[in-house]
Amino acid sequence: MARNPQLNKNGELIHLLSTEGLSRDILTQILDTAANFVSVSNREVKKVPLLRGKSVFNLFFENSTRTRTTFDIAATRLSADVYTLDIARSSTAKGESLLDTIANLSAMAADIFVVRHSESGAPYLISQHVAPHVHVVNAGDGRHAHPTQGLLDMYTIRHYKKDFTQLSVAIVGDVLHSRVARSDIHALSTLGCPDVRVVGPRTLVPGDLSQMGVRVCHTLEEGIKDCDVVITLRLQNERMSGALLPSSQEYFKSFGLTTERLRWAKPDAIVMHPGPINRGVEIDSAVVDGPQSVILPQVTFGIAVRMAVMGIVASHDA
Amino acid sequence: MSALQLDAEQLYKTLLQGVKGLIAATPQPLHLAGVTSGGAWLAERLQRDLGLPGSVGVISSSMHRDDFAQRGLAISAQTVLPFEVDGAHVVLVDDVLYTGRTLRAVINELFDYGRPASVQLAVLVDRGGRELPIEAKVCAATVALPATQTLELARSDDGRLSFVVENKKEA
Repeated sequence: MARNPQLNKNGELIHLLSTEGLSRDILTQILDTAANFVSVSNREVKKVPLLRGKSVFNLFFENSTRTRTTFDIAATRLSADVYTLDIARSSTAKGESLLDTIANLSAMAADIFVVRHSESGAPYLISQHVAPHVHVVNAGDGRHAHPTQGLLDMYTIRHYKKDFTQLSVAIVGDVLHSRVARSDIHALSTLGCPDVRVVGPRTLVPGDLSQMGVRVCHTLEEGIKDCDVVITLRLQNERMSGALLPSSQEYFKSFGLTTERLRWAKPDAIVMHPGPINRGVEIDSAVVDGPQSVILPQVTFGIAVRMAVMGIVASHDA
Repeated sequence: MSALQLDAEQLYKTLLQGVKGLIAATPQPLHLAGVTSGGAWLAERLQRDLGLPGSVGVISSSMHRDDFAQRGLAISAQTVLPFEVDGAHVVLVDDVLYTGRTLRAVINELFDYGRPASVQLAVLVDRGGRELPIEAKVCAATVALPATQTLELARSDDGRLSFVVENKKEA
């Protein structure tokens, strides 16, 4: 069997490309390491020297503010030097190929590439062409994966609910196009979560998703009934223009998460969202700002999780 | 003393007396902080046996280790310092003093939380082999041990301490 491209021959994590195929031990190692980093943000000196002298290149071929900023902060708190390249407006626009861009940046002595790309598989392609001491962290590729978001979701769930093996988790929204949903589903199943449901209209949550080992639900009530965790996905505006959805108001009427509907879930259920939020489209303001929302803690935990991922990959060679 | 004769419980009594003297000679505010994990067990017990007020500090070297690139990130207990570090006289407690590298990392870690008035060190065993200019104020025993062996403190379920000597695994 071919080796997982994220691991070296000792089974250690050298790139983070996807939560798919990572063992429970590795996922747990990342979450445990992140737990150590959460407190760094509360120190007088919010910085540890683990990546001192290393260069982290943020390559965002697709726009992002939050993810890029949290990677920036994470790398800076590990004392790395961080270079953020606005690739969309640079050489690529002049016709340079992806691998030429990488070769040039490697010649500038990069140690870690944080890559976001609209094409699924771009971070994998890069990881196959970098030197053995260089690491690639996927910050979201196409519809494929967004592993650090998946991991920060797992961190958040574990923080509030402790044990995955007793949980019901509902993922609500545009699951079909969501790399976050895919990363969550793989991680949840590896961590032993027995009941994962995907919830939304048939156009966004097709029945064959059940092949991923999840329960497909086409009504919100069935989908979130008695669940412990509700992950609401952003409804991307671009989906509204096609044939997939009639309008954002229509969507809110059937699947928007309101305080009343949240009562279908367990009374202590937590509500998550990867951001950015469309208030009044997939989720009501009262829920976003309500007592069950853990959306802002997710952002805080995201920094610690990204520190853990960069710290772990940087300590292993290919 | 040979490693085989190390009786951790017996040495603890010596350490307790030494730390008592150290505290008497140190101004307030004074706080104990144990290095994870063996030092933390010792500090916890010293705090109790000496009847010191407040909670004991726990301090981890993992964020400042100089062998991070070779050994990776060791997941151990986190640093918890339940007292104001600024202006405090901090007594670090560890089980074994060897190269001094762990203590160097621990002192850096401590300074991430503030500026202590002074830092002193109390250890159960000094096994020599120092690679940095770090010395203990209180040391219950010194022992000569070849570099091929590791010396670690262990704690049983009932809280009894003992030393474990092992031959180093081949890397």
